[in-house]
Order: sequence, then structure tokens, then C-alpha cells
Amino acid sequence: MKQFSLLFEQIDQTTSVNGKIAAIVQYLAVVPATDAIWAVALLMNRLPKRPVKTAELWQWCAQLTLLPDWLQTESYHIAGDTAETLHLLIPEGSGDTNTSLCQLMQVLQQLPTVTDDERRTYITAMWQQLGGTERFVFNKLITSGFRAGVSTQLVIKAIARHTGIGENAIAHKLSGKWNPDEATLATLLQNGDDTDISRPYPFCLAYPLEETPETLGTPNDWLAEYKYDGIRGQIIVRNKTLFVWSRGEELLTERIPEFHILTSLLPDGTVIDGEILPVKDGTIQPFHVMQTRIGRKNLTKKSLQEAPLAMYCYDIMEINGKDIRHLPLTERRQLLTNIIEGLPSSTPLYVSPVVTFENWQQAANARQLARGQQCEGLMLKRKNSEYRTGRRRGDWWKWKIDPLSIDAVLIYTQRGHGRRADMYTDYTFAVWSGDELVPFCKAYSGLTDKEMAEADAWIKKNTKEKFGPVRSVLPQLVFEIGFEGISPSHRHKSGIAVRFPRMLRWRKDKQAPYANSIEDLQGLLKTYGSYGEE
Amino acid sequence: MLIFDDNGIYCKQANIYIDPWKPVARAIVTHAHADHARPGMGSYLAHPLCAPILRLRLGQDISCQTLEYGEEIHINGVKISLHPAGHIPGSAQVRLEYKGEVWVVSGDYKLAEDGISTRFEPVTCHTFITESTFGIPIYRFPQPLQIHKAINEWWAANRADGYNSIICAYALGKAQRVLAHLDASVGPIYTHGAVDNINALLSTSVKLPPTRRIDKEVNRKEIKGALIVAPPSATDGPWIRSMSPYRLGICSGWMQLRGTRRRCGADMGFVLSDHADWNQLNTAVQATGAQKVYVTHGYKAAYSRWLTETYGLQATEADTLYTGESIDNQQITATDETI
Repeated sequence: MKQFSLLFEQIDQTTSVNGKIAAIVQYLAVVPATDAIWAVALLMNRLPKRPVKTAELWQWCAQLTLLPDWLQTESYHIAGDTAETLHLLIPEGSGDTNTSLCQLMQVLQQLPTVTDDERRTYITAMWQQLGGTERFVFNKLITSGFRAGVSTQLVIKAIARHTGIGENAIAHKLSGKWNPDEATLATLLQNGDDTDISRPYPFCLAYPLEETPETLGTPNDWLAEYKYDGIRGQIIVRNKTLFVWSRGEELLTERIPEFHILTSLLPDGTVIDGEILPVKDGTIQPFHVMQTRIGRKNLTKKSLQEAPLAMYCYDIMEINGKDIRHLPLTERRQLLTNIIEGLPSSTPLYVSPVVTFENWQQAANARQLARGQQCEGLMLKRKNSEYRTGRRRGDWWKWKIDPLSIDAVLIYTQRGHGRRADMYTDYTFAVWSGDELVPFCKAYSGLTDKEMAEADAWIKKNTKEKFGPVRSVLPQLVFEIGFEGISPSHRHKSGIAVRFPRMLRWRKDKQAPYANSIEDLQGLLKTYGSYGEE
Repeated sequence: MLIFDDNGIYCKQANIYIDPWKPVARAIVTHAHADHARPGMGSYLAHPLCAPILRLRLGQDISCQTLEYGEEIHINGVKISLHPAGHIPGSAQVRLEYKGEVWVVSGDYKLAEDGISTRFEPVTCHTFITESTFGIPIYRFPQPLQIHKAINEWWAANRADGYNSIICAYALGKAQRVLAHLDASVGPIYTHGAVDNINALLSTSVKLPPTRRIDKEVNRKEIKGALIVAPPSATDGPWIRSMSPYRLGICSGWMQLRGTRRRCGADMGFVLSDHADWNQLNTAVQATGAQKVYVTHGYKAAYSRWLTETYGLQATEADTLYTGESIDNQQITATDETI
């Protein structure tokens, strides 16, 4: 545990990618294999379920510090992080425990099954024994909030350097299900060990296109398709068994009974990449329809009927059990088309249609139509590209449509989290309804650090009232808010819900009375809005 | 006896302000930081160590009278004296007594020993005016000597890697505190001009290691493995880039929070503050024996509620324009730049 928290510190303290990799490589070289595998799991954000309730932690903290609840809550709002607040409130630990990471993780997994009293005794004893960063990391683990600030790709690079095995092979073998209590890096990476039939391929990810498409060269080298607004997924059929993975490597198989028929339809050894979408009578439904389905644990007949799911497929990585990621995209798509066209027409699989274009202007025109198709823009993929691991520059680009936008007035603020601890950076925006301001969305991102500091200083001087952690401010600042979609909602006071709202810019040139009105929003809803209630 | 008005903290009986933020005829200044010592006062009253810094920052022509710690003056029946606040060299608490009633304005203060300032002395009073910069229990600072040791180790490690070490600290107070605890055997020590100006003024009262001012004479290429102390305003721009390769460390109480450490983009954050932390605030307030407390700049709502509920004091929030310790504050930075 001491070494792991040292590793955490080293990663935390450097912004250099090489520095982070070096720290991981060094760690892997010196710790026992049982610790190394847990460290890899944690660095890749594979955390076990939260072993204690947050409310219990606050209660035990209060017993140690004798602080009133309201002051603990206030402290939390300032530090913006439960694990850190607990760490800072509880008196310093002695630092004299030598629990290994693996031992600790085993105990944490047992915690949900022991009595409340045993759980409290264990946690409070650890608080008193762990010193400095070690205790902070421990708190991050027990609140399931551990993030080391490294990408999966970076961890894979470090493992590659540690083991001498290629990055793609490592990425693949570390995908899917494995248990750090049973596996070690060595057993996971063993050659020819393909016993885990559920293992997905690492998704190939696109970069946003920020330049004009002309910078990509000849239009004929590129394939375009719509960028769907659903859940990226991977369908695997191996050994007559179906697995559906989300991009977050969550197993969705049980939640999508529509796909269960694929076990008998797709040939063994097939892996398909695509977008899971609600499709009714051949038409893609708005994203909020999907939301009613995917969060649900128990599927009702009604939800299955209202939001039937299908996949728009755009790639194939495995055919007859053979990895074909090295083949050019055009060949892979041909193979994909052959398979899907051979399926009965009721199968919930569609080939994502190719958008044809002869020049970039035609591509741009097609992109403008994306919103009408419930899409976010265009994907541009190089025709001769292989299926690569992770986010790489050059072959796959996402070319999103410009967001919808509205000028709104800042009315409420709250302190942020993480890097924004103790700064007012979480905002609620309103539009005019007559001479009243109606809140319509919250937004947290889009400002530069400098603008954030400026807004924070303004907010502290222009607060009207405080309600717990929330401050209402004088309605004076106007921001242009961008969002991807708009739909009716009965849960919002404004009657409207927007998707992915963020600040596009601070309208210092505009005064509050000239911000947009609820009628303007309703106009957008009429033009672009998706039907149905959220 | 004292009220908070639009200009500052006012004593009507003596017709004098303490740390006013708007120009007034007569001002007592607790210390020379920009948010407490502002330009444009008819006359200033301050500790002798504070006076030359006021002249440097506000102009040589200001009218400034000095008063030693414990020395008394009487203005229209009000007995006024200054007492050590332990914040920076020359920082003072102001004690005012009229017809047996005693108020103390503490300005900014800390209880921890810093090696350069006269240590905070509790002054018994009926009403105490306290800051609350770190008035929330997540701010319990580590022992300062532990931090100074960490700074020296960080410097030595950077030097071994071929890097300069730049410490970002307020030119007045924090910079001298850092310098005074550096292990000069590690390597050469340099200072930014703004820091050197203050060093010169404090040279008789504060023992500092030998340092070199970075001016036109200094060839930047010769600065290697050195420790450089610079004010916040210098840590963004061409000046700092000319020290490359370097690593940047920030000394501030705010470095206690991971979010602030990450936000400010430094390589290292050292938790070192010239303000009282949670425990020190509570110790100080109780040591005065005051039944009434006014809580100024910082987490004043939470801290006054704490004092009321926990110690049964009559604690009230008071609005002022003091900023306390700020790493995001534009105003302080601008003032540092003008020196």
C-alpha cells in the first residue's frame, strides 16, 4: 500500500506522459505480482463495488472529530471530494501499517458481507494507522472514486515496456472480464491463452475534426457515415454464446434481449462494432427514448415495446474466429455487409449506410442534415485504414455539427469539484419568460481557467442569497450556451431539456435584458426538437 | 467602539480607521500587504518594521508615524497600542481601550513560529476581530519545519536532475520566511527584484542567507541547479521561461487541497501559510477571552456559526474588502508587479 500510494503521488505530481509511464514501469518491477495486477486493475479504473455507504463514513468521521454535521457538509462543499475531505478532517494517522495493496483489496471486497460494527472498526482503525497520501488513496478506494489520471493506453504502454510484449496484444488481453484476485499479469498475457471467449477488442476511437475537411486530402480516400447518438457497442458471438459490451467495457448482454437471437444467427467467431440505438418501424428514435431503456435493471414489456433496440453496425473485427483488424476498412465493410444481408430481415442489425460524396462541399451538406436524422454529425474514415486500438490521430475523424445555442443569464452557482475545488464553477442558467427568469439548464464546462477565476471573483462579490451550498447571484452575466439536442420535459421548470449543455462563450458584450427568452427555446424545440416526453 | 463602514474599520471616538480600503484622514495599518495597506491616506500609523515597506509600496512622501509593540498612544481618551500578530515582520494587532472596554483588531495573523516575525501574542479583550481565511476544519497545517525540510529536499533533487527550483511566494513575508530556512549548502540562491527590494528593507531585523538579485548583470545561462524565489506575478511569462529548465513550487495554505494544487499548474505545492489554520484560529479566539467576535475575510459564515454554537460566543460576520491569502487574486498580483 505504501508503494502504491507513492506511485499515485508520482503520477499525480508530473504532467509528463513519459514521467508517468516511467513511474508505473518502476512500480511493476519492484512489487509482488499479486500487488501489480491490482495496481493495473485500479489504474485502468476497474474498481470493485463500493464497500461502504458514504453516509456511514461521515458518521464515523464525526465520531472521531466531534464536528457537527453541518460543518462536515460545508467542508465537503469546499474540498469538493468526499475522500479528501474525510482525509483532511480526521486527525493524522500514525503511518505504521504495512498492509499490501492485494491484502487491502481482499478485505475491501469482504466488507459488504461483515457486520456494521466490524466494518466501522476496520475502517476507523485504518484511518488511524495509514499516514499521509496512503490514507487519501485508501479513502478513494473505499468511496470507489479512485482515478489515477492516466489513460488505459498509457497503462498499456507501461506494461509493454515492463514485459516487452506488443501494445495491441496487451490491450486485447486486458479487455473483457478478469479478476485481479485470481489472475496475474503473467497469466493474463500468456501466449495462446484464449480461454476467455467474452473478451472484446479495444474500441477504435476517433478524434474530433477541428480543421476543414480539405486538410484530409482527396475525398475519394475517405468513407463517410452518420455519427449516431446512441451507445457504442461490440457484439461478440463465440462458442454459441453472445456478449454485448459497451465502450465503457460494461457487459450489456442481459439488458438487450433483442440481441439474444443473434447466438443462432451469427456464425461462431464473429465480433461486430456499431451503435446501439432505439429503432422503431425502421426509424431511429431520439436519445431520450434510449435513456428510458438502458438505465433500467428490470425490463418491462412496455419499455421493450416503446424502445426496441437495434445496432447500426459499422465494422467487423473477427470473422470465423479470425482477427481481421489488419484488413483495410473497405474490405471489412464488404465482409460485414455480406453477413448482415444474409440475415432474416427482422434481425435487429443494420449496416450503417455510407454517405456518398464526390467533393467536400457535398460532405458538408450531408453533415448539415445530421440533426434531422437524430445524428450528431459525420464520421470520416480512411478507406484503407486498419482497425486500430484506442484513440489515434489520422484515420478516423468525428465531424460534429455545430451545437444549437442560446444566450442565457447566470442565476445560481455552486462550488465545483476536483481542480475546481472551492471555486464557483457550476452554473444554472435561465432565459426570460416575460420579466421573470426561468432556469433551463446547468453547465460546468467551456470557460478557460482565467475566465473561471474571473467569474468566481465576480460571483463572490455579487451574491444575492445563499441556500446551503447554492448561491443566487445578481442576474447580470450572459453566456452563450451550446447544446446538442433539445426535447420536451416535464421534470424541468422550463418544460424543456437540452443535451450536453456547455458554455460556448461569455457574452461580455451583452446585457441580461437582451438574453434569449423561453419563446426562443420553444422555437428551437419546434424546429429541432425530438418528439415525446422524456 | 468600532464599526465597519464604507471606508474600513472605524473608531469614532478617536476618529481613526484601521486598515481602511478607501482614502481617509488617519489610518492605523496592521501590516503592509496590499489589501490592508492602501494608498491615499492622510496619515499612517504602523509598526517601525512596517513603515519602510509602506514607503516603498505607497510612496516615500506618505506621512507615517511608528509605534513599537506594547507602546501606547492616547487619542481623545482612546488608548491605542500594537501587539505582535506573527503574520509577517512588522505585522500587528491593534488594541483599543476606551472607558475600560477593550477591542482588538487582529488583521492577519498566525500562531505558528516562522523564524522571521515576532510571535503572535494573545491580547485579552471584550471584542475580538478575527480573519477566517482558513476557518474551516479541513485546513490543519503540517509543522512548518517539516515543510522547509521538504523544500530543501525538493531543491536538492531538482538540482541533481539538472533543474532550477523556482519557489513562488509573496514578495513580502512568505519570500523571507522561505529564504530564512533554505539550506545554502545545497546550491546558489537567487531572488526576483521584487523580493530583493523587500529583503533590503528587512535586512537589519531578519537573518537571511546570501542571495543574488536577478538583474541585467546576471547571465541567465549561469543559473543552474539554483533556488529562485519569485512573487506570483513573475511565474507566468518570459521572465520565468528564461530560467528553463526549471520546476515550480508554490508555497501557500491553499496547497492543502489537491484541486487547488492541480489548478495552479505547479510541479509541487508546499503547504506553508502566514495565516492561522483551523486549530490556531480556535486557540487564538479562546485565548483573548472575548465574548464578542467579528469574523472577517474568509469562511466567515461557517466560522462565526462554529464560534457561536461551540463556544457560546456572540460571533458576527463582518464584510470587508480584505482578501487574505489568495492565489487566484488579480489585485495582489498587480500590486506585486508595480514594485
